[in-house]
Amino acid sequence: MDTSILEEFRSIVGRDGLITEPEQLHTYECDGLTNYRVLPLAVLLPDTTEEVQGVVRVCHRERIPFVARGSGTGLSGGALPVRGGIVIGLSRLNRILKVDIPNARVVVEPGVMNLSVTQQVSPRGYFYAPDPSSQQVCSIGGNVAENSGGAHCLKYGFTTTHVLGLEVVLPDGSLVHLGGKTLDRPGYDLAGVFVGSEGTLGIATKIILRIVKRPEVIQTLLAAFNSTNEAGAAVSGIIGAGMLPAAIEMMDNLAIQAAEASVHAGYPNCGGLLLVELDGPAAEVELLMEQVKSICNSCGAWEIRVAQSEAERIAIWKGRKSAFAAVGRISPNYIVQDGVVPRTALPRILSEIERLSAAAGIRVANVFHAGDGNLHPLVLFDRRIPGQEQSATELSFNILELCVKAGGSITGEHGVGEEKKKFMSVMFAEPDLETMQLVRCAFDPEHLSNPEKVFPRPRLCAERQGIYEPHPLEVAGVAEYF
Amino acid sequence: MNNSRVQTEVPTAELGAIVGADHLRPATSADAVDGIQPQWIVEPGSEEELARVLQWANSLGIHVVPRGQGTKLEWGNLPRHAELVLSTLRLNRVVEHAWGDMTATVEAGCLMGEFQKTLSEHGQRLAYDALWPERSTMGGILATNDSGSYRIRFGALRDLIIGITLALPDGTLAKSGGKVVKNVAGYDLPKLATGSLGTLGVITQAIFRLHPLPQAVRSLSFSTPDSTSMNELVLAVQDSKLAYTGLQIRADSHDPPCIDVRFEGTPGGIDAQARQLLSLTAKAQQVESFPDVWNKRQALWTGKEPNLLCKFSVLPSQLGALCAAVFRALEQSRLTPRLVAQGLGLGFLRLEGEDGSDWLAIITRLREEMNSLGGTLGVLHCPLAVKSHIDVWGPVGDSEGLMHRVKNQFDPAAILNPGRFVGGI
Repeated sequence: MDTSILEEFRSIVGRDGLITEPEQLHTYECDGLTNYRVLPLAVLLPDTTEEVQGVVRVCHRERIPFVARGSGTGLSGGALPVRGGIVIGLSRLNRILKVDIPNARVVVEPGVMNLSVTQQVSPRGYFYAPDPSSQQVCSIGGNVAENSGGAHCLKYGFTTTHVLGLEVVLPDGSLVHLGGKTLDRPGYDLAGVFVGSEGTLGIATKIILRIVKRPEVIQTLLAAFNSTNEAGAAVSGIIGAGMLPAAIEMMDNLAIQAAEASVHAGYPNCGGLLLVELDGPAAEVELLMEQVKSICNSCGAWEIRVAQSEAERIAIWKGRKSAFAAVGRISPNYIVQDGVVPRTALPRILSEIERLSAAAGIRVANVFHAGDGNLHPLVLFDRRIPGQEQSATELSFNILELCVKAGGSITGEHGVGEEKKKFMSVMFAEPDLETMQLVRCAFDPEHLSNPEKVFPRPRLCAERQGIYEPHPLEVAGVAEYF
Repeated sequence: MNNSRVQTEVPTAELGAIVGADHLRPATSADAVDGIQPQWIVEPGSEEELARVLQWANSLGIHVVPRGQGTKLEWGNLPRHAELVLSTLRLNRVVEHAWGDMTATVEAGCLMGEFQKTLSEHGQRLAYDALWPERSTMGGILATNDSGSYRIRFGALRDLIIGITLALPDGTLAKSGGKVVKNVAGYDLPKLATGSLGTLGVITQAIFRLHPLPQAVRSLSFSTPDSTSMNELVLAVQDSKLAYTGLQIRADSHDPPCIDVRFEGTPGGIDAQARQLLSLTAKAQQVESFPDVWNKRQALWTGKEPNLLCKFSVLPSQLGALCAAVFRALEQSRLTPRLVAQGLGLGFLRLEGEDGSDWLAIITRLREEMNSLGGTLGVLHCPLAVKSHIDVWGPVGDSEGLMHRVKNQFDPAAILNPGRFVGGI
């Protein structure tokens, strides 16, 4: 990269805020999707909104693409650097700026960890509802980009439900405020569009979050079935009875084995394990929990346990939340997928996955948010065996196609990022994708903010008119393209 | 604003060919939008026809007013132009109720009441209460982002809509979202379209997540001595572990403010919660909760002319200050205020006055009070002569330019509801 530009970046973020050493740059070459790697030209670590603006202004002037990064825990390659671009790491913007308990609002910077918000407000009886399994290490800014979910979004909604307002640095470096601390501010719901836009519309530098009062009681039940089909029937029974649990999670035998090997959650060794959490007023929860037990029994549950203490409850959840990493105990490599199907299609899809898995000779462990039909098939393989990675990748993509055919989605919470952008054309028709990108053209006509992600092909905004203009740095031979 | 009202002549032969001559009729004075009478009403019978009508209008620069039942047609600034009303009333089916998946697909022209009736056949509902459900269409409710008392528990429309089909001025029919509740593939256009007043495209279909109908419902009402104690009680309820599905305040110039709380669930659960609530309400007096208490918001639309009807939004902790400010602002006037708000801080205010009332001064004063509280105030109804002098939405802030750019991408020729939305969009 041109030294004068580097010098300008350095003047904005300070000497310790600019990384250009190749060894250090490797830390930023991928996110949680580690099989995709691109080395950025530089990494910048701004400390304030003004510094973010300063960096983005330079990028805009010089047409340097940039990728914002939180903790880098994303699973779809959303924070994968782009060729010839820089990474703007937001880990130093990690302050909780305001806690307003009477109005149940918290204002944070994007680098604040998800769990830190709950930790901050739990003494007052509140929590921050979106709870991705990585919540100890993932950042709110990343959650905003991906519209992260978690087990409890069945009842409480996703990140987008809990973001009221945003301060955003647009790709031209200007600062705008979307939404706000009060509801229904006049104009388009641009905060609603920004959340889940995977870093393609700008960089959020402040986020106004809504927190939720902790319910009177929380009860968690574990039920063991012979198969995921039986467990699935129980899920249908629970929903059909008019209940809205806080969470309904399911694991198959392979996932249970992995969780046991890793964190010893004490799960029964069964074909299908159901985890049901009810919360709310004590009288209501007790009554409904009896109903859940009876539904599970009638669907063939041979062991039912209700956590008797908070410690037991945490242990149950620990097994579930560690499931992805735990799979490392039973397989050297694995792919985490994130498909969604209408809940009633779950049994059929699971049988199909089983069939595909057998045909490919690749094992698949299933962990899923059964209440909302969000599957996380863990496709297991061994990179050392020639061809297996390829087969596993194909299998995981075949599973996504199954999801779309069943009327579902290619991603429920991990995002499209780099990994799934070609699948957007499976799920959406060309006019749908073109229309979505009208938003992109309004926010980022030069395609500088996390370009080449989410969409299989960028829409040419009015300013570009279909003619590819090489980057000035590329022409000058300054920029390195990998 | 509104300096150009030259109406483009609508050549109707091609239009009739798209929708059939029976579905095209001349507009009458009853179709006027804020006093501006369109020339024609067109009623397409399918999404494809609707998209073709838009494409045709766009190619000729004919300005279009998308309309359902028109119950909220006056929400918005005066139109710059309005030649053609595009009615969604023939697109009125409940396309699918996937009750096992708790989702439903509905066309824009379907009445909310009809939609709810269909859903109730399987013990489900859209957990949402809009104004005039028996005569409001789902498309109109979405476009205006109208919301009522259930929002405090189940979220706004933006939180319940999971998919949309949008017809754009260039004739594109675009889908976004889908039929599953959990889905982060692509940009969230359902949210963008919700509350956009038909200025980006015409909603032809929407998909919603549903909730079960409750086993039992019970409402309790309380009278509080003044707006300060009213606000304290609202905050105490919100800070409690009660799982209410409605928390509403009512205030007028005659009686002390009232609070309504609604519980839904099992009869046992409701009883237990009602007892807990009573332990919080020592300073308030329980009063009879009439069955129509949750229609009090809608009742703000009945009364004498002339009147001013506003939607406001403040922080929940400022509801008391807001009431006090409104009544203070009106002390010297001869206006009669009535106010209904949700615990969330969103509310509606009706002021009844006389022909000589200085509405402009009142709106300015109310906006000042609202600004000092960090809130917003939009005007939903006022005498027409006043409307031409105000921006009913109020200031948008630093995102206004971005909103114009979004509008320009979706509707570059500005044929959809021109001038009616924020900042002259």
